[in-house]
Amino acid sequence: MRCQICNKNDATIHLTEITDGVRAEMHICELCAQEQGIAVKSQIPLNELLSSLLAVQPTDEELFGSSEKDSKTSCPHCGFTLDKFRKEAVLGCPYDYEVFEKSLLQIIKKAHNGNTAHCGKVPSKASAGIKKQAKIITLHQKLQEAVRSEDYELAAKLRDKIKKFET
Amino acid sequence: MKLTDISSGINEWFSGSGPLSDIVISSRIRLARNLAGYKFLSCCSVDEKAELLQKLKDVLMSLDLGDKVFYISVDKEPVLNRHFLVERHLISRHHAFGKGPRGAVIAQREFFTAMINEEDHLRIQVLRGGLQLSKCAEQINHIDDMIERKVSYAFSARYGYLTACPTNLGTAIRVSVMLHLPALKMTGQIEKFFNAARDMNLAVRGLFGEGTEAAGDFYQISNQITLGISESDVITQFENTIIPEIVDYENAARNQLLSKQSDLLDDKISRAVALLRNAHLISSQEALFLLSHLRMGLNMREYMGASTPAIDTLSTFSKKGGSTSKHQELTIETINRLFMLTLPAHLQLNYGKALDATHRDALRARIIRSALNQDS
Repeated sequence: MRCQICNKNDATIHLTEITDGVRAEMHICELCAQEQGIAVKSQIPLNELLSSLLAVQPTDEELFGSSEKDSKTSCPHCGFTLDKFRKEAVLGCPYDYEVFEKSLLQIIKKAHNGNTAHCGKVPSKASAGIKKQAKIITLHQKLQEAVRSEDYELAAKLRDKIKKFET
Repeated sequence: MKLTDISSGINEWFSGSGPLSDIVISSRIRLARNLAGYKFLSCCSVDEKAELLQKLKDVLMSLDLGDKVFYISVDKEPVLNRHFLVERHLISRHHAFGKGPRGAVIAQREFFTAMINEEDHLRIQVLRGGLQLSKCAEQINHIDDMIERKVSYAFSARYGYLTACPTNLGTAIRVSVMLHLPALKMTGQIEKFFNAARDMNLAVRGLFGEGTEAAGDFYQISNQITLGISESDVITQFENTIIPEIVDYENAARNQLLSKQSDLLDDKISRAVALLRNAHLISSQEALFLLSHLRMGLNMREYMGASTPAIDTLSTFSKKGGSTSKHQELTIETINRLFMLTLPAHLQLNYGKALDATHRDALRARIIRSALNQDS
């Protein structure tokens, strides 16, 4: 692949920039990168690499966010504990999501790119209360998205809609 | 219905039809569901599992799916049959070799499977050939609605469909597309594809899903994030952006092979032809690897009008013996048949008994030789 700036050298640096959810890729050579002021470290010393890797390893506590209370709790519905979850990677019953909410939130965030609320299908049999709640959660997500992309007109409309739903 | 009723043929979604089917083998959507009022399977006793199994089996067998359905008691099936179901992509490895009472409801045309008591109480999947995710979504949504009229799903407004593993939480949808990417591999660009997929939070797996190696240049790409993104957004993203982009890259790599590396291309195809037509012992992995090159050559001729000495040989030997009858021509369907029917469990089920590896390799080679040498 040729450098997108000079169109002469091979592109050895591949940049990905995500702005407001829009992904842009750039493929350039080392010389052009230097001219553009993009710092390139061609070799990272092994010890630096290892220590940076070790530094980002989450501890058990970070991973499970286990508060002291949670690690001693067992679910009153199924008897499940967080220790068991650590071993089996599956939960014991639907209530576990409430019982261990605080600890599971970290894992949920990690698995779903930071997302913590459902957006999508709701069973037609769900109660009116759940349907309303789910609708408000989805609207809140859309509002956040609108604010992120600076679409304030849409954000205002969504805010009004949420108010209407909540009253 | 017996498994041998389907084992001698290939399923619709693997027949080489559907949009972009030269590169996109199949589209699959899977939904995970659990019943409200029951514990997840890890905490269920054998009796509770049996109760769930019976309840869900009754519901699924009563649905109108527009096709005959049959039920398989997975835990009671012989090991060979279970391997067959995995090769056929009808059930997962986890389901085939798991524990406790479990079953599968399968549509005879194999576009639909429900796995009962896999990791979740219920996992339903719809499969189609080529890139047809929207149609899969429509169909599975309809089936899901039909099931939901008869049971209550575990659902929360905050977290959506509640699943045994938090990684499936939310929509609990898994969108998977199986791709054939031999040119990206041949031109050394497959790593780029892996990296791009990883950056986009997508999983890349081998031919038979989780924990399997890529064989025959087949890769399954699927979403991992199920919370905070709607079913329709995931599907649109796959159908309109991700998959067409990968298809473009594969096509660019095929063009690169034609224009700049035709010797490499011809060498791979010619070697594949020579080995497949002459080998007397061939392993499953080797067969997949070689048939993959033949499949690419045929598709390049068909879809790109490619002509090189090796690709032209494919045309001439497809007409060998002066036969004009369609079933004797070397077509993508023939290659797809060989891909599937020479897999270990297919071979043994069709042969009628278990065979050791050497006998399997000999039988596989014989089937391939007879399909590719039409004089014999």
